[in-house]
Amino acid sequence: MSPRYAFEKSLAELQQDILRMASLVEQAIYEAVESLMKQDVTGAAQVIMGDEMIDNLYLEIEDKCVKLIATQQPMARDLRVAITGIKICLSLERMADHAVDIARATMCLSGQPFTVKCLEYIPQMGRLARQMVKEGLDAYVNSDVQKAREMCALDDEVDYLFARMFRELVGNMEEDPRTVVQAAYLLYVSRYLERIADHATNIGEAVIYLVTGERRELN
Amino acid sequence: MAVKIDVSGLNLFYRDFQALKNINLKIMANQITALIGPSGCGKSTFLRTLNRMNDLIEGVRVEGKVLLDGQDIYAPDVDVVGLRKRVGMVFQRPNPFPMSVYDNVAYGPRIHGIKNRRRLDEIVEKSLRDAALWDEVRDRLFKSALGLSGGQQQRLCIARLLAVEPEVLLMDEPSSALDPISTLKIEELIRELKKKYTIVIVTHNMQQAARVSDITAFFLNGEVVEWGSTEEIFTRPKDRRTEDYITGRFG
Repeated sequence: MSPRYAFEKSLAELQQDILRMASLVEQAIYEAVESLMKQDVTGAAQVIMGDEMIDNLYLEIEDKCVKLIATQQPMARDLRVAITGIKICLSLERMADHAVDIARATMCLSGQPFTVKCLEYIPQMGRLARQMVKEGLDAYVNSDVQKAREMCALDDEVDYLFARMFRELVGNMEEDPRTVVQAAYLLYVSRYLERIADHATNIGEAVIYLVTGERRELN
Repeated sequence: MAVKIDVSGLNLFYRDFQALKNINLKIMANQITALIGPSGCGKSTFLRTLNRMNDLIEGVRVEGKVLLDGQDIYAPDVDVVGLRKRVGMVFQRPNPFPMSVYDNVAYGPRIHGIKNRRRLDEIVEKSLRDAALWDEVRDRLFKSALGLSGGQQQRLCIARLLAVEPEVLLMDEPSSALDPISTLKIEELIRELKKKYTIVIVTHNMQQAARVSDITAFFLNGEVVEWGSTEEIFTRPKDRRTEDYITGRFG
């Protein structure tokens, strides 16, 4: 048995907590995009209400990391596990906040059928963002630097879709001023999804730091 | 950063047992170098090679080079007493002489021929101030040093060392026998002393090495496994054995 059995158990629990939080966040992003596309206000309200649970989990994980640092004085990789725990749960919490932002947009758009033309980019961006979260967490669990890098490369696709969506929504607004309110909200939504992908790359960077101790800017 | 002590190809044998194996390490001037490693790894033995304290042990044989400011301290014509004046040592347990605080500090300068009372007064005060002890003992300079607390005694031993104006301070677990507050005082003092001196410290307290030192060397089975900036060693060591040791997974 390792001389630090109890400590290692705490580290393993920390990883489980982060995975649990990540799956809730991934679900929130999915529900937020789904309810937007279906103009499902009830679904959007559930995303907003579910955020409290994610916030609580965030505080709980952060507390555990702080406690590990204060009581165990972790060094080297152990220290990086605790620091990475804080970084990853912070990124996840911000993603969940953006899912809430999207849900709020859904509320504001309720009762107005979509008339803009570039709607299909939103589920595409949503899929990519969720894929990034999922792969980022896979990379975290497996300490897989290569996977973290590959995941971060997906951010370019999200950025590309965001830029296209921006141009097309502006075009929509110019052509038909009646779409301005709707297009403005959707512009926000695309921006939120783009930010979610950025937070996912932060997770990728955290994984690289965890494994190698090196800091890399990947977006 | 200037190299104060340059150790290369150092081997040390206690009769047939090789306690140090091909040590290559540079001690940088005005830096604090911490030596860490499990018991029996050779770190204290290594520390003692830096001022030839091992010469006092029978059956010890040393090979390789230890250059102090470029001069080999193991060369035949070296004055060992002069060497130990330049490279002084503080031990694990405070070991003040059973005499007054003043006489403890004045002991070294007197041996080196200083008799002038006013000169000795100056040296005693300056050394006690530099050891962050003056304010606590100024009213009891002529009382026995054995009446001081453990932490004060250890700072007195440091003052005693400073009185002979050394260049390098070797410290062998200088706070392991002290309470946490005295330990922090010693650590503060060590950080302060590095402005004037080059310091090498052996410690079993990993947090102490991390808090105090600029450079850390990890010893294992008589070898230096890894050495480098303390920040690097404690956040991303390169060698698996260093990682295992500092994260407590050793053995």
